[in-house]
Amino acid sequence: MITWEFIIGHLNYWFFIVLMMTGLYIVIAKGNLVKKVVGLNIFQTSVFMFYISIGKVIGGTAPIFPMDMKINNDVVYSNPLPHVLILTAIVVGIATTSLALALIVRIREEYGTIEEDEIFIIEQELDFSNTRSNTDKPIGHF
Amino acid sequence: MLSGVFSLLSALLLITLDAVDVAFTEAAVGAGISIVLMLSTLTLTSRREKKSKNSNLIPLVIVTLTGLVLIYGTLDMPNFGAADTPSQIHVAREYIKRTPEDIHIPNIVTAILGSYRGYDTLGETAVIFTAGIGVLLILGRLSLRPRRRTKKIEKVL
Amino acid sequence: MKHHLILRVITKLLVGPIMLFAFYVQFHGDYSPGGGFQAGVIMAVGIIIYGIVFDMEHAKKVLPPWFVHKMLAFGVLLYTFTGVISFFRGQNFLDYSALSPHSAIHGQHYGILIIELGVGITVSGVMIAIYYAFGSRTSEINDAEW
Repeated sequence: MITWEFIIGHLNYWFFIVLMMTGLYIVIAKGNLVKKVVGLNIFQTSVFMFYISIGKVIGGTAPIFPMDMKINNDVVYSNPLPHVLILTAIVVGIATTSLALALIVRIREEYGTIEEDEIFIIEQELDFSNTRSNTDKPIGHF
Repeated sequence: MLSGVFSLLSALLLITLDAVDVAFTEAAVGAGISIVLMLSTLTLTSRREKKSKNSNLIPLVIVTLTGLVLIYGTLDMPNFGAADTPSQIHVAREYIKRTPEDIHIPNIVTAILGSYRGYDTLGETAVIFTAGIGVLLILGRLSLRPRRRTKKIEKVL
Repeated sequence: MKHHLILRVITKLLVGPIMLFAFYVQFHGDYSPGGGFQAGVIMAVGIIIYGIVFDMEHAKKVLPPWFVHKMLAFGVLLYTFTGVISFFRGQNFLDYSALSPHSAIHGQHYGILIIELGVGITVSGVMIAIYYAFGSRTSEINDAEW
């Protein structure tokens, strides 16, 4: 089953999976929030390329007819459906990235840092001081 | 900056995979908008990251395991570029065949986006609109109307 | 950016062709790769590069922020309105053949043209609005440190 043709035929999937894992590693391992967003972008782009490489037909061409619409029935076209889905996905990707970066700017203004461990420590201290002040209030007080 | 280069390179790769619309969008978005956003964020936050003290071994192990599971998942998939796979036969052939009859425009991707799957495009426009509203709510002043209201109250008083 | 002469000259030369190219991509989306999204992004890039090289206040005079916010909503409304118009002719939502009484294919052409226009207006409005929002925050690192 593991023939040379099998390996060549699946090599593109494995390359894109390696790229995906690079992006995932950046998201998990780095503490800086902006680097996480960059890693997410790399992950997204490699998923798009993986998806489009499924739709490619060898010997095919881009799915656009000639301008005068004289269609030659022998021409093989690549699959247009993944292109449509990935177009939508790219636009949604920039929407998510811009929202994430806006949140990072606000986090920096509120906490003064964008490192994940420091934010964690600050949140812990805030929780601790909140619970301490709550026990001082009388019970009926909101 | 390098993320822009990465986007442009992936756009080149997408052209060789016959996806010209997607390459166009990826080049415009990656090299145009993403760079501006990243640089603006870096200007408003810090320029360098601090050294992390955690070990990098656990993420490496997790990533390797996930990669191996995914590669195991692709062993079933058809070879690259085969023409007789289920993803090429059923729906795509119908779209390619019926676009000249129903819609009569040369670009099949626009025909599918605009007409056959127009409802999805409406949803996606709503998504990008929501993202714009979200960023405006988080980062900007939405309108200058309240000033006029206070002017009216001053006049009445 | 007062001391970057080459950037200022080239930007002045390039902003016009960029906008023209955005219109070309928008309306030729039926015949060549392109369409609403790409055109919206390219148009926004034209305004953004003008705002980066020259002052953002000048860009805000060309396209004031209230106009950009109205553009955001107008695109989505245009799209939805095209779908709702088919209700009045007795067809389903977003059925373009109802747009032109004598030929279904012409109706498809009209429908695709109008919705791509709506998508292009919304996308360019969103990109410019995000740039204005990011750019109007005062930064902590001044120009000399870069």
